[in-house]
This record gives sequence, C-alpha cells and structure tokens, in this order.
Amino acid sequence: MNVLLDHLPEFREGFIGTVLLTLASGLLAMVLGVVIAGFRVSPIAPLRFFGTAWVTLFRNTPLTLLFLVAWFVVPVIFAPGLNPWTKALLALGFYTSAFVCEAVRSGINTVPLGQAEAARSIGMTFFQTLRLIVLPQATRTVIPPLSSIFIALTKNSAIAGAFSVTELFGVQKLLSDKGFAIAWIFLWVAIGYLVITFTISGLFRLLERRMGVAR
Amino acid sequence: MTEVSVAKDAAPAADGLVVLKNVNKHFGALHVLQDIDLTVARGEVVVVIGPSGSGKSTLCRTINRLETIDSGDIAIDGRPLPQEGRELARLRADVGMVFQSFNLFAHKTVLENVMLGQVKVRKADKKAAEEKARALLDRVGVGTQADKYPAQLSGGQQQRVAIARALAMDPKVMLFDEPTSALDPEMINEVLEVMQQLARDGMTMVVVTHEMGFARSAANRVVFMADGKIVEQATPDQFFSNPRSDRAKDFLSKILHH
Repeated sequence: MNVLLDHLPEFREGFIGTVLLTLASGLLAMVLGVVIAGFRVSPIAPLRFFGTAWVTLFRNTPLTLLFLVAWFVVPVIFAPGLNPWTKALLALGFYTSAFVCEAVRSGINTVPLGQAEAARSIGMTFFQTLRLIVLPQATRTVIPPLSSIFIALTKNSAIAGAFSVTELFGVQKLLSDKGFAIAWIFLWVAIGYLVITFTISGLFRLLERRMGVAR
Repeated sequence: MTEVSVAKDAAPAADGLVVLKNVNKHFGALHVLQDIDLTVARGEVVVVIGPSGSGKSTLCRTINRLETIDSGDIAIDGRPLPQEGRELARLRADVGMVFQSFNLFAHKTVLENVMLGQVKVRKADKKAAEEKARALLDRVGVGTQADKYPAQLSGGQQQRVAIARALAMDPKVMLFDEPTSALDPEMINEVLEVMQQLARDGMTMVVVTHEMGFARSAANRVVFMADGKIVEQATPDQFFSNPRSDRAKDFLSKILHH
C-alpha cells in the first residue's frame, strides 16, 4: 500500500510517460492509418500496392520484434542517434497504423458506392471525394473499432518500458527490483492503465453519441 | 420520311456534343455494349429505352466514364475522354449525371449538396454559390427544403435536388440513368415535369428510362437497345406508331398493352 505514497513521483512520471507515448503514437497511427487507407482504395496501382504491403508488414509482425528493429536496425541503417522515446513512438505508431488503416478501410467500404460516384460525376478528384464525401460518412462506423485499437495501443506501450523508456509498466520493474511487494505494485500499475483506458473508451463513447445525433 | 432516315443514319458528327464510336464493353463473358455508335447533337434530347439488361444504363455511365470501355472512342464537345485523373474530373464537371438512387450526399444538407460542387470544383465564391443553389432549388420546386438533410425528403424531392445539384455545375449535357425507376408512382410526374422543362429550355439530354410518356413528349429521338446493341433509332412518333424491328415491336407490345 505504502509503495504508492512513498514513490508517488516515480508512479506519476511513469503514468505521464504512458499517457504521452500513447497520445503521440496514437496521433501518428491515426494520420498514417488514414493516409494508408486512402492509398489502399486509390485508383493508382502502385499506391494500392504500397498500402497493402505496409499493412501486411506491420500487422503481421510481433510488436516486440518491431521494437527490436527500431532499437538495433533503424539506428544503423536509417537514422542514427534517435532517442529511445522516438524509437518507441515509431514502433508503436507504425504498428498501430496498420490496424487503424484497416478500420478506416472497413468504414470506407460501408459508404454506398453511389456517394463516391455522385462526387466524381460533379467533377471532384479522387482526393476531394475521399476527404469531403467518403471519410466524413465513414467516421461513424470507424469510431467503435478505433476505440479498441487505442486501448490496445495503451497496453502495448508497456513494451516500451522493457526498453527502458520511462512509462508506467517500467515503474513496476524499477520498484520490484528494489524488493517491494509485487502485488501492490501490480495493483497500482493496473489501476493506472485502467484510468487511461477508461478515459479512452469514455471519450469515444461521447464521440459516438455526438455523431449519432448529427445527420 | 427524310427526317427519320437522317436520324437513323446517325446525325452529322461535326456538331455532335456527345459522340460514341464503335464502343465495346464486356462484363466478364457478357458483351454488354456491342459496337455502339451514337451521336447526340447540341440541344438534342435522346431517350434510350429497351428491356432490362440491354446495356442502356451501362451506355449512359460510359459517357462520363463511370464505366470504362474496352474499345472504341467517346468524345464530348470534340474532346476524347481522358484517363482517370484531374483532366477527367474537369470534364465530368461539364457532364451532369442523375442517378436512379439519387445519391445525394447524406451528411450534407440539401443546400450544401447543391453548393458543394460549385465551391470545391468550380471554386465559386460561397455567397454566389448559395444564391445560385437557392435559385436552382426554387426552379425544381424544393426551395423550402434547403436546410433539411436528404433523408428527410421524399424520393421525388430528393431526385429534384439531385437534378439541381447537377445543374449547378452548368453542364453541357445531362445524363439521366433511370431517374424515376426508384420512385413511388405519385412522385414520378414531379420529376418528369422538371425534366420536361429542362428539355424545353434546350438542354442536351441523354435519358435512360422506362417512361414511354416522357419519351413520346420530350424526346427528339428514341434509341432502342436490346442485348447490348442499338437495334433501332427514330423519332418518337415513328418509333411508337411504326417500329421497324421485330425486337422493338415485341418490346412495345409487352409494355404498351397493359
């Protein structure tokens, strides 16, 4: 019990670390996911191929493996001198973007084809059609799966702790190494995650209700 | 007689606004369009009729390249249809299309539906676009519904909004793909009246329909399609009173004697 009060700064730092990492990689995954989903439904074959390859690669690779690649391969080949936080951001963001992409794509597929045809027949480009007509109507269907994806992302960010990024799960390792009672540490860490995931699902439920009223 | 033969031998290509030459298209093994030659002159109203599956809707949709073709040439106002991309988008803006299922943008109000193309494609000023949209909505008789969403309108009202949306782009030609086929019977006339008015105003129109009354009264020329081919084309009078082909006679006997 006291382990929380005695180490409040560590827990707080870990909690904030998890929130920030989740927010940043969630944002990255969102942007990438929507863009890649656009690629996957585009009339241009190379873009479609790239999108499919992206999803296949990142959806089918274990996240831990992506972390290892981010830590030991990316610095050697692409970008040396990345700090651990950025590497964790990239691994989590890229991995999650594949799932966001597929959720967005399933949303796009629920919008009747006639909507896009009508948009194209008044002279909209593919990009305009997607941005102005299809994506806004896909949003409603995409919100429930996105909620699950972001909750999964929150929990996946724990892997970053094993790679010595300051976040909530890492606090557990730190304190149990010091010999504190594991059960209490686990409980507080779990509650920390619950706070974040409940907030996410609450926010998304709110968003869902807001969208349900409009139109 | 001379008028009929002129129509039959395809109008002169020189002033053809829409020209299809030797167009072929397959859906898998099905040869939906077979050597289609069709020229629509400026200001002409061409009504395409024929049994289901004869390829009339497909023909209509190839004109603004919603359907690609396997071979042949399609030109609008002297310019061949470009490949998918910006240039095609520009050309599509000049070709109005009205669908069987209306396809109004479900997340936009009626007014926004009619404004969107003007603002985003024609880059018109918002205020001017709204003025024009309201004028067009009044013209098709749904001016009072401007702030509603499409789902709140009846089918007939939705289709009239769809016509206004197409007209807002100042199209050179309007394509109608079975515009009344999804409507309740009592709503068909309100849509046909708008189309009649358009025809009287001199709009170039290609209309795929099952409304023989409209074909009779508004068409300059009736094109009869069956099994992917244009079987016969003539003036409405000529076609309905004295069809030449057996296929057309058979079709007319089935639809006119009920």
